[in-house]
Amino acid sequence: MTVPLTGRPRLKLPSVATVGEVVEIRTLLEHPMETGLRKTPNGQPIARDFLASFIAEANGAPVLNVDFRNATSANPYLIFHARISGPTDFRFVWTHEDGRSVDDVAHVDVK
Amino acid sequence: MQHLDDLPLAVDRRQMLIAASVGLVASIVPFARASTSDEVDAAIRDLIGNATPRDGGIALQVPETAENGAVVPVTVVVDSPMTAERYVRAIHLVATKNPTPGIASFRLSPASGRAQVSMRIRLAEKQMLLVFAEHSDGTVNRAAAEIKVSVGGCLT
Repeated sequence: MTVPLTGRPRLKLPSVATVGEVVEIRTLLEHPMETGLRKTPNGQPIARDFLASFIAEANGAPVLNVDFRNATSANPYLIFHARISGPTDFRFVWTHEDGRSVDDVAHVDVK
Repeated sequence: MQHLDDLPLAVDRRQMLIAASVGLVASIVPFARASTSDEVDAAIRDLIGNATPRDGGIALQVPETAENGAVVPVTVVVDSPMTAERYVRAIHLVATKNPTPGIASFRLSPASGRAQVSMRIRLAEKQMLLVFAEHSDGTVNRAAAEIKVSVGGCLT
């Protein structure tokens, strides 16, 4: 069973920051992250359904890149940081092993 | 006579980091105790190549006992100024006793501002979590923490 990558990402980051400030960014995408190693109670293997990566960009430049492997929990939840050097358009992209992806954006203004 | 201003800032940061780690977690153990299998060693070599990792420079915040092995919170803080000249370019997490050793790799940039990441991981049984931090100059630091697991989270 393949779950389409339509889950709405959840983002938490400040909408305003000062220049030079390092802001905390929290992201979560609902996804089962099936490793293909689990079985149903009847002994049937559960098909692999796994995200391969996450990318965070600020004004098009890379901030963070994450490769997910088997021991990443379901609904991957990440907390990381970014230094704000001016008004910033963030873009976050989750990509499945099969190439499907979902993205979201956020804007941080400066005081 | 040495002036306070001459002391490298890195010492202050390291002392803060050590103080923080002592307060946060009691389960950080000497890396030497983290006996690894051939499979884990191969996974580590894949991640950091031929670099010789040094102990320290990393604070781990993990539970001593994970009630649910399917969602174990992990925070990694690496001692680095995160400037254009000196920054952490990657943080790798490895599990020693999971069915497969890989957990995740974070690739950071100076724009990250702080070499600190948190995620939730799956652990099958009591084991060592290994963390490797690759600096921009090619050096690698490592740290290990032992985590007990009440209910395994990989195969159920």
